[in-house]
Amino acid sequence: MLILGIETSTKQSSVCLGTERGPVASASLGRGRSHAEFLAPAIEFCLRHADVPLSNVAGVAVGLGPGLFTGMRVGIATAQALAHARRLPVVGLNALDLLAFPVRYVRSNRLICAVVDARRSELFWAFYRPSRGGVQRVTDLRVGPPEKLAGEIEAVREDVLCVGDGAVVASSLLESAGATVASYGNAYPNAWALVELALPRFIREETQQPDDLRPIYVRSADARISWQNRGALFGGRPAERP
Amino acid sequence: MLVLGIETSCDETAAALVEDGVRVRANVIGSQIERHRPFGGVVPEIAARAHVDLLLPTLDGALVEAGATYRDVDAIAVTAGPGLIGSLLVGVAAAKALALAHDKPLIGVNHLEGHVCAAQLEFGLLEPPLIALIVSGGHTSLVLGDTDGRLTTLGSTLDDAAGEAFDKIARFIGLPYPGGPEIDRLARDGDPGAVPFPRALLHDGSYDFSLSGLKTAVIRELRRRQAAGESIPLPDIAASFQEALVDVAVRKSVAAADEHDVGQVLLAGGVGANSRLRERMGQACAKAGLRFLAPSPALCTDNGAMIAAAGWNRLMKGERSPLELSADPGLALQGWSTP
Repeated sequence: MLILGIETSTKQSSVCLGTERGPVASASLGRGRSHAEFLAPAIEFCLRHADVPLSNVAGVAVGLGPGLFTGMRVGIATAQALAHARRLPVVGLNALDLLAFPVRYVRSNRLICAVVDARRSELFWAFYRPSRGGVQRVTDLRVGPPEKLAGEIEAVREDVLCVGDGAVVASSLLESAGATVASYGNAYPNAWALVELALPRFIREETQQPDDLRPIYVRSADARISWQNRGALFGGRPAERP
Repeated sequence: MLVLGIETSCDETAAALVEDGVRVRANVIGSQIERHRPFGGVVPEIAARAHVDLLLPTLDGALVEAGATYRDVDAIAVTAGPGLIGSLLVGVAAAKALALAHDKPLIGVNHLEGHVCAAQLEFGLLEPPLIALIVSGGHTSLVLGDTDGRLTTLGSTLDDAAGEAFDKIARFIGLPYPGGPEIDRLARDGDPGAVPFPRALLHDGSYDFSLSGLKTAVIRELRRRQAAGESIPLPDIAASFQEALVDVAVRKSVAAADEHDVGQVLLAGGVGANSRLRERMGQACAKAGLRFLAPSPALCTDNGAMIAAAGWNRLMKGERSPLELSADPGLALQGWSTP
C-alpha cells in the first residue's frame, strides 16, 4: 500500500512516499524556500523519480502540528485538496507523536518527552512510553515556558529522553533538570515516521475524511476586542439603527 | 475551457467555475463575516484559520452548483497576492495540490487584476483602453488598462483604503462590521450636503487619494457635536462622509479618462457595491460621454469567478505558473490580458 506523507509543521519540511516495506522516495528542506514553495514540487519530485503515478497512491498522511501556524496550514490544505480531488482517505497525526516514535527503541519503558519549539519563549510537549509497535502518549499536550517543563522533568524522578527542536533550544535547562536531550538528528518530525505510523491505520481502514483535518493550534488566535474604539461615540453602546 | 478560480486573499473563502472566461457556472463564497464581527475588522490569524475550515465545503459547493467534477476542470486559477499572507497561502497550497492531482495547468492571479476582470463576466471581454477605479477594504487605486495589455497604477491611497475608512467610522459610531453597507444604508436618509467634510487632494492634479484626514474630520465633528450637546443626525453625517469620498473618486476617475483619452470607466472592488458611488459615477460618466461598467455588487466584492476570469485571460496567452508558485502579500500589478 503506497502512502504519501506530508509534514510541514516545523521549519524542517518533508515529504515521503512509502509502503509497508519502507520509504520509496523522500525529500526534505530546512532552509531557503518556504513550506509553500517546497511542498508541491517535492511531491511531484518523489512521484517522478520513483516512477509512480499519483493514481497508485492509496492514502495521504499529514502532520497536524503543533508547530508553525502557516506551515501546518500549508501542509493540511495541500493534503485536503489532493485527497479531495483524488478521493483518497487521509490520516492526520500529532507532530509530537512523530518525534517520540523513532526513538522508541532507546531503552525499554524509558520516559520520552517530545518537545516542539512554540516560539514566544515557549514550548509544546507531551510525555510518552514505548509500547508494543510504537509509543503511548501518557500526558496531555502542554504549552508553557521551558522552566515549567524542567519542573515536570524533575518531578517524575526518572530518566527522561527529550527529543525535538524545542528540547535542543532549551537543552541546558532540561539537562540540568536531569534529562537527556537528543541532538538535531532527531529534532524534527519527519514524513517517513509519519508514513510508518499512519500505515497500520490505512490498512485497518481507520482513516478520516479530508475535511476532518485541522491544525493543532493549542493557542487561540491572538485577537482582542478593542472596546475603547468600539462605539466610542456613545460610550461603547451600539448605535440605534434608524 | 472550464477554469476553477480560488480566492482566499482576505476574509472570504471563494471558489468558482467559469466557462471560457465569461460564463459563470458556479460562484460560491464561504463568508467569514460572523467570525470577524466581534473585532470590528478582519483579524488575520482568524481569517487564515477560517480558510482551512471553509476550503473543502466551498470547493465542493462550487462543483455541485456547476454539476461538475474535478475531471471536468481544465485549469486552476488562484489569487497569489496582494493580500494577507496567511490567508493567501491556504488558497495557493490548495490550488497547487489540485493542479498536481489531475495534472492540470495552474495560473497565479493578481487580486486587483481579478477585480478588473470581474466586469467581463457581465459585459463580455473587455476592450481596452479603460480606466478602473478599484476600491475595497484593502485597496484604493486608479488604474489604466492600455491597448498594449498593460495595467498601470495611476494613483492609489496614501493612507487608509476606502473600505477601511467606512469600517473605522462605522466602528466609532457603533455600527456592526462590515461598515460599508451599514453607512450606505444610513446615508440614504441623510443630506449629503449637511456637513462640508474635506475633500483631500481633490485639485492636486494627482490620482492619489488620502482618506485618513476625512476619517478624522468625521470623528472630530461627531465629538464636537456631542460635547456641545448638539443633536447628532447620524444619517446626515454618514451621507456627508460618503459624499466627500465619492466626490473625489468620481472626479479623479473622470479626469483620468479625459487625460488618457479613454472612453470607458470601470468600477471594481467591494466598495464598488456602494449605491451612492455607483449612482454618482454613472451620472458623471453619462455627462462626460463615457461608457460606465459597474458589475453587480456580488461580483464587486471578493469572489472566485473574477479570479477564474483573469486566469483564463492569461492562460489564453499561453501563461502558466510553476508548482513553486508562492503567495506574495505585496504582489504588484504586472500587465494584464485581454485575450
